[in-house]
Amino acid sequence: MSEFIGIFLAVLLAILIAPHAQKHADRIWAAVTRINFVQRNGVFISTYLIVAVVTWTVVMIILPQLYMVDFSFRFNLLPADIGGPKDTYTLEQYRYLLFGRAGDEDAMNWLHLQVFGRTILVSVLVTLFDFAICYPIAYYMAQVAKGGQARLLVLCLILPFWVNEILRAFAFKILFGTGGVTNVVLIWLGILDEPFDFLKADVGLYAGLSYAYILLMIFPLFNAIESLDHNQVEAARDLGAPWWRIHFRVVMPHAKPGIASGCTMVFMLCAGALAAPQILGGPSSLWFTQIIYQWFNTGGNWPRGSAYAFVLLLVCIVFVMAVMRIFKVRFGEIAK
Amino acid sequence: MSSKTVMKLMVGFYVFLFFAYLFGPLLMMGASAFNVSSFPQVAPWEGFTFQWFGALVDNSAMVEGIVNSLWIGLGVICLSVPISLAAALMMTQIYQRLQPIYYVIVVSPVLMPGVILGISTLVFWDKLGVLANAEYESIFYNGMFLTVVGQSTFISAYCMLIFLARLQRFDRTQEEAALDLGATHTQVFWKILIPFLRPAVFSAAVLAFLTSFENYNTTVFTIQAESTLTTVLSGQIRLGTKPDVSALAVIIIAITLVGASVHEVLRRREMAREEAAREAAKRAEAAADLALTAKPIAAA
Repeated sequence: MSEFIGIFLAVLLAILIAPHAQKHADRIWAAVTRINFVQRNGVFISTYLIVAVVTWTVVMIILPQLYMVDFSFRFNLLPADIGGPKDTYTLEQYRYLLFGRAGDEDAMNWLHLQVFGRTILVSVLVTLFDFAICYPIAYYMAQVAKGGQARLLVLCLILPFWVNEILRAFAFKILFGTGGVTNVVLIWLGILDEPFDFLKADVGLYAGLSYAYILLMIFPLFNAIESLDHNQVEAARDLGAPWWRIHFRVVMPHAKPGIASGCTMVFMLCAGALAAPQILGGPSSLWFTQIIYQWFNTGGNWPRGSAYAFVLLLVCIVFVMAVMRIFKVRFGEIAK
Repeated sequence: MSSKTVMKLMVGFYVFLFFAYLFGPLLMMGASAFNVSSFPQVAPWEGFTFQWFGALVDNSAMVEGIVNSLWIGLGVICLSVPISLAAALMMTQIYQRLQPIYYVIVVSPVLMPGVILGISTLVFWDKLGVLANAEYESIFYNGMFLTVVGQSTFISAYCMLIFLARLQRFDRTQEEAALDLGATHTQVFWKILIPFLRPAVFSAAVLAFLTSFENYNTTVFTIQAESTLTTVLSGQIRLGTKPDVSALAVIIIAITLVGASVHEVLRRREMAREEAAREAAKRAEAAADLALTAKPIAAA
C-alpha cells in the first residue's frame, strides 16, 4: 500500500514539475554550466565524479556506519516486529556486555569483559613487540644497507605477505602443533621431555599475530627513517653521543610520524583480527572479534553483535586519538 | 677482533634471525605439502609425494571458493577503480575548507577494522532490503554482491592513495594547453588525464584484485550462504586438515614469486626508460642553450 502511495506521489510530482522545468530548461542548464566545478570538468565528467564520490562516501562509508550504530541500540526483533510498537531504542545490548543476562549469579559479564580486556592488552603488547623487533631492521635497511642490498631486503620483506593471512596462521599451526617442528626440535635438544601444546597455551596465537602485521610496522618506519639525512647521525656520533642516545634523540624524533603510523596500524589490525584467533586460538581462548562473529552466526543476535562491534570501533578511535596526542602528529600523517 | 667486527656480526645475525622468523613458518608449511603423512607436518618425514596437489583438485568446496573469489575480485576492480579515481580527482578540486573532513572520511576505511566494515555493510543492505520489500533472492541479500560492496569500501581508499601519488606529478598546464587548443573537457579527460594515469590504473587494479582475493575479515560477514577461498580455507583448517591446504599454499607462493620477479623486471625496465628520457631531455635542453648562445655570436 505504502509503495503505491509512493509511486503515486512521484508521478504527481513529475507532472507538476515537468512543464515548469521544461519552460526554464535552458536557464537551468545555463545555471548548471556556470558552476565553477562543472566549468572546469565538463558536464559528463562532473556527473561521473559526483556520482562516484557520493556513492562511496555516503552510501558505502557514512550511512552503513551510522546505521550500524543505530541498529546496536535496538532490540533483537523478529522481522515481523520491526517498525512495530516493540521497535524502540534501548541500551540492552551494551548492558549485556557489562552485566550479562539479568538474573545471573555474577554481577558482571566477566567472560566477555575478560576477553575484551585480553584483546586490548595483547594487542598493545604485540604492537610493542613488533616495534621492538622491526625498528633495528628498518634502521638497517634505511641507513646502513646499500642500494641494491636494500632493494633485495625490501623484496624479501614483502614476499611472505602476499601469502594470505589464513595460510600464514596455518603455517604457525603446523609449526607449533604437538607434532610440530618446534616440539621436535625442543625435545631433540633435551629441553622438553614430551610434546608441549603451544596452541593451547596461546603461544602460537601471540607468535602468529606478531608475525601477521610486521610489514605494516616496518614500512612506515622504513619510510620515515630513510628521509633522515645520514649526516645528522654522523654529526651526533662525532660530537660523542653513544649509539643509544643517537637513536633516542636523533633518529626516533625524526621518525615519529612513521612510528605513530606503524603502531596504529598494527594495533588496529591486531585488535580487529579474526582469522588468526580462530585458527590458532586454544580451545578456551576467545578474541573479542570471535564473540562478535558468534553473535552474527550461531548466536543469531545482530543488534548485540553490532553493539560489540561499535565498542571495538570506539576503542580503535580512542587509540588513534591517543597516539596522535602522544606523538603530536596529524591524522594525515598516520594514514599515509 | 675489533669491536666494529663484533657489531657487524651481531647485526648480521639479527638480520638473519629476523628473516628466519619471516620465512621459517612458510618453508615448514611448504615442506609439509610434500610429506606423505596425512596430517600436515614435517617431522616425522614419511616420504616424498605430489599426491596432495591432486587432492586439491578433488576438493570441490575449495575449487568453488576459488572461482567465487575470482569473480568477487573482478567485481571489486570494476567498482573500486572508477570510485577511487573520482575520489582522487575530487581531492584536488574540493573546497579548501572541506578538504580535511573529506580526507578523514575517505581514509577512515583503511584504519577501520575489517570486521566492522563487513558488519555495517551487512546490516545496512539488510535494512535496505527490508525497506524495499525485496525478495530473498534479490541483490540486497546476495552474498557475492555484498562482499564486492563491503570490500570496495576500503579497497577504494587504497587505490585512491595510488592515484593521489600519481596525480601529484601531473602537470596541469598540459590540460590547459589542450583546452586552449579547443579540446572539450571530455576529450581532455580521455586523451590526457587517463593516458597519464594509466600506470596507476593498472597498479590500482592489481592491488584491488589481490587485496580482495585474500580478504577474510570483511568477507566472512558479508558472504553469508556463499563461500570464498578464504572462508573455505578457514573452515577447513579449523576442522583439522589434510596437507592439501599446504599444497595450495605452495601454489600461491610460487605464483607470488613469479609475479614479484616479473614486477621487478618491469620496474627496472621502466626506470631505465625514464632515465633515457631524462637524458634525452637534458641533451635537447643543452642543444637549445647552445643555439641561443650561438645566435648572438652569429649576429655579431
